[in-house]
Amino acid sequence: MNFAMIFYIVGWILQFEAGFLLLPGFVGLIYQEYIPAAAFFATAVLCWIIGFLLHRKRPRVFDLYAREGFVSVSLSWLAMSIFGAIPFVVIQDIPNYIDALFETISGFTTTGASVLPEVESLTHASIFWRSFTHWIGGMGVFVFIMAILPLVGASNINLMRAESPGPSVSKLLPRVKDTTKILYQLYIGMTVLEILILCICRMPIFDAVTITVGTVGTGGFGIKNDSMAGYSPAIQNVVTIFMIMSGVNYTVYFCLLRKKFKEAFSIEEVRWYFFIILASVATITWNTHQMYGSIGETIRHAFFQVGSVITTTGYSTTDFDLWPQLSKTILLTLMFVGGCAGSTSGGIKVSRFVILTKAVQKELSMMIHPRQVKQIRMDGHNLPHETMRSTNVFISVYCLVMFASMLLLALDEFDFTTNFTAVVATLNNIGPGLAGVGPMQNFSIFSNFSKLILMFDMLAGRLELFPILIMFSPACWKKY
Amino acid sequence: MNIIIVGCGKVGYTLVEQLNGEEHNIVVVDEREDKVSSITEQVDVMGIVGNGASYQTLVEAGIAQTDLLIAVTGSDEQNLLCCVIARKTGNCKTIARVRSPIYNYEIPFLKDALGLEMIVNPEFASGSEIARIFQFPSAVKVDTFAKGRVELLHFRVAKDSLLNNYELINIRTKLKCDILVCMVTRGDEVLIPRADFVFREGDVVAIAATPTKATNFFRKIGVGMEKIRTAMILGGGTIAYYLARRLLLIGVETKIIERDLARCQELSELLPRATIICGDVTDRRLLMQEGLATVDGFAALTGMDEENILLSLFAKQVSHAKVVTKVNRINFIGVLNEIQLDSITYPSLLTADMIIKYARSMNESMNSNVENLYKLEDGKAEALEFYIKEVSEVTDVPLQDLKIRKNILICGINRNGQIIIPGGQDVLKVGDTVVVVLTHARLNDIRDILED
Repeated sequence: MNFAMIFYIVGWILQFEAGFLLLPGFVGLIYQEYIPAAAFFATAVLCWIIGFLLHRKRPRVFDLYAREGFVSVSLSWLAMSIFGAIPFVVIQDIPNYIDALFETISGFTTTGASVLPEVESLTHASIFWRSFTHWIGGMGVFVFIMAILPLVGASNINLMRAESPGPSVSKLLPRVKDTTKILYQLYIGMTVLEILILCICRMPIFDAVTITVGTVGTGGFGIKNDSMAGYSPAIQNVVTIFMIMSGVNYTVYFCLLRKKFKEAFSIEEVRWYFFIILASVATITWNTHQMYGSIGETIRHAFFQVGSVITTTGYSTTDFDLWPQLSKTILLTLMFVGGCAGSTSGGIKVSRFVILTKAVQKELSMMIHPRQVKQIRMDGHNLPHETMRSTNVFISVYCLVMFASMLLLALDEFDFTTNFTAVVATLNNIGPGLAGVGPMQNFSIFSNFSKLILMFDMLAGRLELFPILIMFSPACWKKY
Repeated sequence: MNIIIVGCGKVGYTLVEQLNGEEHNIVVVDEREDKVSSITEQVDVMGIVGNGASYQTLVEAGIAQTDLLIAVTGSDEQNLLCCVIARKTGNCKTIARVRSPIYNYEIPFLKDALGLEMIVNPEFASGSEIARIFQFPSAVKVDTFAKGRVELLHFRVAKDSLLNNYELINIRTKLKCDILVCMVTRGDEVLIPRADFVFREGDVVAIAATPTKATNFFRKIGVGMEKIRTAMILGGGTIAYYLARRLLLIGVETKIIERDLARCQELSELLPRATIICGDVTDRRLLMQEGLATVDGFAALTGMDEENILLSLFAKQVSHAKVVTKVNRINFIGVLNEIQLDSITYPSLLTADMIIKYARSMNESMNSNVENLYKLEDGKAEALEFYIKEVSEVTDVPLQDLKIRKNILICGINRNGQIIIPGGQDVLKVGDTVVVVLTHARLNDIRDILED
C-alpha cells in the first residue's frame, strides 16, 4: 500500500472541496447571511490548508494500482464529508456533529435522507450547500477533477473505476480526460437546461437552482418541508422528466450528440429502464386512481414517484406511504432496481438485473440441455465471464450488507418496515423509505449508532460496496 | 492523431506506451479480453475486444475518424487483411507487421497492391540492425530514415584522416568512391556541401551509400579498420537467416550453429555459402572447437533470452569478438544495462521504434504536400520525402542539369522499393519517392528545390 500516494490524493481532493465550499459562502453573502458565509469561508480555508499540507510532498513512488485507487477514493469521500459537515455545526443549523455528518454524507452520496424535521428555517447558505453536495457527488468528484486536471503520470482509470457506478466501466473516448470532459459537459448542460426551464415555469431562482442540482445528481434533498408537493404541476412534470433523464446511461446522450441514433436506442439496459418505468406507472395509476381527483393528477403523481424512486432521487409530491399495498411494494422493488449504469443514480442498476435475468435463463436452459454451450450476450457482445461473476458477487454482498445493517438497526426497537426501508433507502441512495422514514418523516428518530450504520450504507451504496468494504480488509493496509 | 492498434502483444504494448505519451488518442483491439484489459488498466487508452480484421469491430473502434491503423497481431495474414479492410472502410494510413520470409520479397508488391503505407518485418529489421553493428566500425553512427530505407552514416573527421583538408570533389575523381556526402556538421552549424567544399578536422560528415561502397570508402579514408571477416551465429531462426544472408553478401565468412537438424538442412539450402553446424549451442566444447576464441563477430540469437545472455557473457570472456545479444523480453532492460554486454537488440522494441518514427513524421507532415518529414541533427536539418505524382520541370532531366537551390540535396530516390543513391546522371521519374535533405529552408513541393 502506497500511503504517501493516498495522502497526496486525499489532500488534492480537499483542495478542490475548499473551492466548492466557497460557493455557499457567496450564496450567504447574496442573502446577507454574513455569519453563515463566514463559516463557509473559514471551513474552505481550513480545508485548503489541510489539503495543501497533505498534497505538498509528491510521493516518491507515483504508482496508483487498483487497491490504492479504491482506498483513496473511499478515504477522499470520507474526508470530504467530514469537512463538509463542519459549517452546519458552526452555524448551528444542525447542532449535533453526527447529524451534520449524516446530512453531508447523505448529500454527497446523493441519498437525500435528512435528519431535519424542518428545513425551511435553515439559512440559504446551508440549504444551498446541502443541495450542492448532490451535484458534486452525483457525477463524482474524481470524474470532475479528471476532466479539468488529471493526475499526471498516474493511472487515472483506477480512480474513475472506483467512483463510477455499473458492472463495468466503459470509456466513451480513448482518454480518461476526454471521457470525463464529455460527461461533465453533458452534466452541466443538463443542469443549465433544467434551471432555465424551471425559471420559465416561474420557480424562484434559488429554488430552481437547488432543486435542479438535486435532480440531475439524483440526490433528493427538498428545500421545503413537503418536498415537491407545494410546487405547480408544470414544475413537478419538468422535474419528473429530468429525474428520469438523469437515470439514463450517459452513453445514450453521447451517442445522440455524435448522431449515432441507432446505437443510442439499441442499448438493452436503457430499453428495459423505460419499460420498467412505464409498466410501474401504469400499474400504480390503476391501483391509486381513486385517491386523486382526476386521472391526469394520478398519472402525474405516479410518474413523479416512480421516476423519483427508480432514479434514487427521493423527491416526493405526495405521501406515498398512504398508497395501497401493491403500489408501495412496487416502489419498494424499484428502490432495489435503481437507474442505469453510467448514470448519476444509485441502486443495484438495471444492467445488473438484465445480466442476472439472462444468467437465470441460461441456468434453466442448462438444466434442460445439460451439455449445451451457451454464451450470454448483451448489446450484441458476449458478456465476459468476469462481468457475470462480479455481478453475482455484487448482489450477494449487497444482500449481506443489507441484512447486517438491519440486524444492527433492530437495536433501536422500531418496526420492521421502518428498519427495512431505512436500510434500503440509504443503501440505494434514495432517501425516503416507508412508515417511520416515509416521505413526510425523517431519520432523526434513530440513535447515533444507527445513524453511523446508515452513513456506512450510504457510502457503500454510492461507491458500489467494494471500495468501502476493502477498507475493512487487514490485507489492504499492509505495506507488502 | 487518432490511432487504432490491433494486437496487444509485446510490440502492441510498447507502441501503446510510447504513443500514448505523445497526446494521441488510441484504441486497442485484440481478440483476447485479458490482453485488452491488461493494457487498459495500465495505460489510458480505450480497449475493444474483437477481431481486428472484422468490419464491425473496426467501426466500433471508430475507424471513420482514425488517422492511422497499426496491425501487429501474431498472424501476418490477419494483419494484412486488417489493413485492407481498414483502408476500404475509413480513410486512414495503415501499417502492418509481416514477418514471414516468404512475404519478405513481396513487400513492395503487397504494399502497392493492398494500399499499405508501411510493412514492418521485425526479424528482417533485427537482422539488418545486427549486420550494421558488425559492418561498421564503432566510430560510425548510423541514422536510418525514410522508413528505414535510407541510411545516413555519420563519422568524425580525425586529424590524421585522409579527409582532413580534402576537397569534396576529389572523393569522386581521385578516390573513385561512389558515395554521396549529405551533410556536414561543423561546430553548431549544419552545412549541405557543394563540390568545392573542403573538409576540416572535427567535422561530422553524413554520407549515404550502399553498404559495400560505404565499407570501401571507410577503408580508403582510414576510418576504423576493425572490419569483421568471420562471424558466428548461435540459433538458426529467421533473424539468423536474414543476418547471415546480409553478412555473406558483403563477404563475411558466416557460421550458424543450430540444434534442429531439419532446420539446419533448410538453412543449408537457403544459404549455400554459409557453414551450418548442427549441435547444442550451449555445448562449450563445440563452441571452442568451432573457433569461438578467434571469431570477429558473435551473435546469440536463440529463442531463449537467458541462453543468449549467458552465451554472450561467455563469448566476451574467451574472445575479442563484437558481441550482439538478442533479448525478447523488454521489461528487464534496466538489469541488462548493468551487466557489460556490447550490444543488445530487442526485436519488439526495434519494430515499435520504426512504427513510432513513422507515426511521428506522419503527425508532423499531416497538413502539407510532404509525404514525410524527419528532423536530423537535433532539428538543425530536415529530411523530407516527396512523392512525384506528375510530370514537371524536375522530372526526366539529369540532376546535374537542374539548377537546385543552395542548402538542398537529393540524397535518395526510391523507385519501386529500390533505393538509388543519385549521381549527376540520374533523373527523377513520375512514381518515385524522393528524399531531400535541407537546412535553412522550407519546401512545400518538389518543384521548390529549383532556383527561382
